[in-house]
Amino acid sequence: MVMQMLKRFICALIVFFSSGLMAQQLVVEVTQGVDSPVPVAVAPFSWAGESALAEDVAAIVSQNLGRSGFFRSMNRQNMLSFPDREEQVFFRDWRMMNQDYLVIGRIQPHSGDEVKITFELYDVLKEQRLLTREVSAGRNNLRDAAHFISDVVFEELTGIKGAFSTRIVYVTSDSRDAQNRRYRLHMADWDGERSRTVLESNEPILSPAWSFDGSKLAYVSFETTRPVIYIQHLATGQREQIQSFPGLNGAPAWSPDGNKLAMVLSKDGNPEIYVLDLRTRALDRMTQNSAIDTEPFWSPDGRSLFFTSDRGGSPQIYRMDLASRAVERVTYEGSYNARGRLTQDGRFLTMVHRGSSRRFQIAVQDLKSGRLDILTNSDYDESPSIAPNGSIVMYATQDNGRGILAAVSLDGRIRFNMPIPQGDVREPAWSPFLK
Amino acid sequence: MRSVHLTKALTLAAVMAIAAGCSSTGSRSDSGAVSGTGGDTSAYGVGTGTGVTPGSWEEVATLKNVFYFEFDRAVVRPEFFADLEGHARYLAGNPSARVRLDGHTDERGTREYNMALGERRAQAVERLLLVNGANASQIETVSYGEERPAVAGNHEGAWSQNRRVELRYLSR
Repeated sequence: MVMQMLKRFICALIVFFSSGLMAQQLVVEVTQGVDSPVPVAVAPFSWAGESALAEDVAAIVSQNLGRSGFFRSMNRQNMLSFPDREEQVFFRDWRMMNQDYLVIGRIQPHSGDEVKITFELYDVLKEQRLLTREVSAGRNNLRDAAHFISDVVFEELTGIKGAFSTRIVYVTSDSRDAQNRRYRLHMADWDGERSRTVLESNEPILSPAWSFDGSKLAYVSFETTRPVIYIQHLATGQREQIQSFPGLNGAPAWSPDGNKLAMVLSKDGNPEIYVLDLRTRALDRMTQNSAIDTEPFWSPDGRSLFFTSDRGGSPQIYRMDLASRAVERVTYEGSYNARGRLTQDGRFLTMVHRGSSRRFQIAVQDLKSGRLDILTNSDYDESPSIAPNGSIVMYATQDNGRGILAAVSLDGRIRFNMPIPQGDVREPAWSPFLK
Repeated sequence: MRSVHLTKALTLAAVMAIAAGCSSTGSRSDSGAVSGTGGDTSAYGVGTGTGVTPGSWEEVATLKNVFYFEFDRAVVRPEFFADLEGHARYLAGNPSARVRLDGHTDERGTREYNMALGERRAQAVERLLLVNGANASQIETVSYGEERPAVAGNHEGAWSQNRRVELRYLSR
C-alpha cells in the first residue's frame, strides 16, 4: 500500500517535471470537452540493434494520435510495462490504467542502413489483436515510418484516412532587424519537424498554395519589388512566373483538376477575381464591381468558386456557381468573415471570423445547417488551413507578439501550438495526401 | 487660395472614390535596385533656406512623404492635402520626375484582404496627386498589405504608424 502510494507520487513527480519540459516546445490544451477522446497507449518500441536510433518512433506515433483530437495518448511514465510482443501484454494492467487501445512495436536491424519495424495494435477491452504490420525504413527516415504507423493505426480505429504523412508549407519573416527582413517559404512535416527552405528573399512572400496533386506550389513573391505570382515545381525547384500585371497579383488558388488557377488581379484598377487556364493561358474575369473581391478558393467538386468580398459593406464570404456565375452570400454572422477554406467533403467552411468579441478568430461553418462555431480563443488568428482528412485546422496566431502556428481539431476539442523556432511564422498551407 | 485647393481636392477625391476602379496604376517599375522606406531625399542633396520656391525640389524636401490612415479606411486625411499638393506641383512642373506610392495596412485582418486595402490607400493618394496636376505616367502604386510594418507590436500605437502610404521619388 505504502509502496503503491510512493510509486504514484514518484510517477506524478515525473509527469510534473516532464510536462514542464514539454511546455517550452508544445502546449497541448484540451478545450471544449464534447465527448472524451479515446485513450490509447503507445508503448516504447524496443530496438535490437547497436547504436541508438535517431528518433523515438513510438513517441512520434503517440504524439500524432494525441494531437488528432480523436485520442488521448497515455504518458509512458505511467505505463507498468513496456511490452514489445504479444506474450508480454497483460491486458489487465492496461485496463486498470483505463486504456482502450494499445500499440506495441519492435525495431530490428535489417540490411545496411535499413531497419524493420513490426508494430501491433490491440483492443484492450476485447483482449484482441487488431493488426500486425511490418514496415522497413532507412535509419534516416524513421519519422516517415512513424507517420506511416500513425496513419495505419488512426485509420484502423477511426475509419478515417490518417494525414500524418502530409506536409505543410509556411512563411517566416526574420524581424531581428526591421530594415533588413528575410522572408522564407518553408516546407516541413505536418508537425513542423524537418523543415527546409523552399524560397528565400529580402522582399515579402505570401499566399502559398498547394496544387491538388501535391507536386507544385503557387505563391506571391515581391522579389522584383512588386507582387508576382509564381508556380514552383517541388521535385525540380523549377519556377514559372505566372502573372505580373500592374497592381495586385495575388491569392492564387488551384482548381481541383490542376488545370486552372484562380487569383486576384487589379490590372483594371480594382481587385477582381480571375481564373487563368494554365494550358491555354486564357484569362477569365469572374467578378465585376467596385468592391474588394479577393481570396478565391474552389469547392472540391470544382463547380463553385468561393471568395471574400466587401460588396455588402463588410468582408464576407460569397459563392459563385461557375456554370451560371450566380453569386450568393455564404456568411452572415459577424462583421468580418474572410480567407475561407473548405473541407474535402465540401461541407465545412473555416474562415477568419470577427464577431461581437471584436477578436479575429478561426470559425467553422457547417454549410448544411448554417451553424457557426468559433474554434480558437485568441485575438489575431488567421490563415486557417485544413488537413486533407478534415480532422485538424492549422492556423497562424500570436504568442507574446511573435507569429506562431497552432492547430485545432475541427470539433474544437484539442488545440496546440506548433514547435517552429524560426522568426515570425505565418500562413500555413496543408498539403493534400501525398503519394 | 489654399482653401480653394482644399475644396477642389476634397470634392474630386470624393468623386474619384465613388468612381473607384477607373484610375490607372501607372507603369511597371524596372528599378528593382531602389529600396528603403519613405522619400530618402538626402540622396539628392537637399537645399537649405527658408524661402523655398513653390514647385521646386527644395520645397519637396520640406514635404511629408508618409501619409497615415484610419483603420479599414482608404480616405486621405485633410491634414495631408497641402503636402500632397506640393508633391503634385513638383510633378506637374517636372515631367521627368516619377514617384512610387507604397500602400500599407496594420496587421489586423487577412493578408490578401489587406493587400487590397493597401492598394486602395495608394490609389487614394495617387488620385490626389492626379487631380492636382501630376500625370498618371509619373506615378506607380504598389501595395505591401501588412507584410512590411513600420513598427512592431499589436497595439494602436504601432497600428496607427503602419496604416500608411509612403511616397518616394524614383527620379527627380
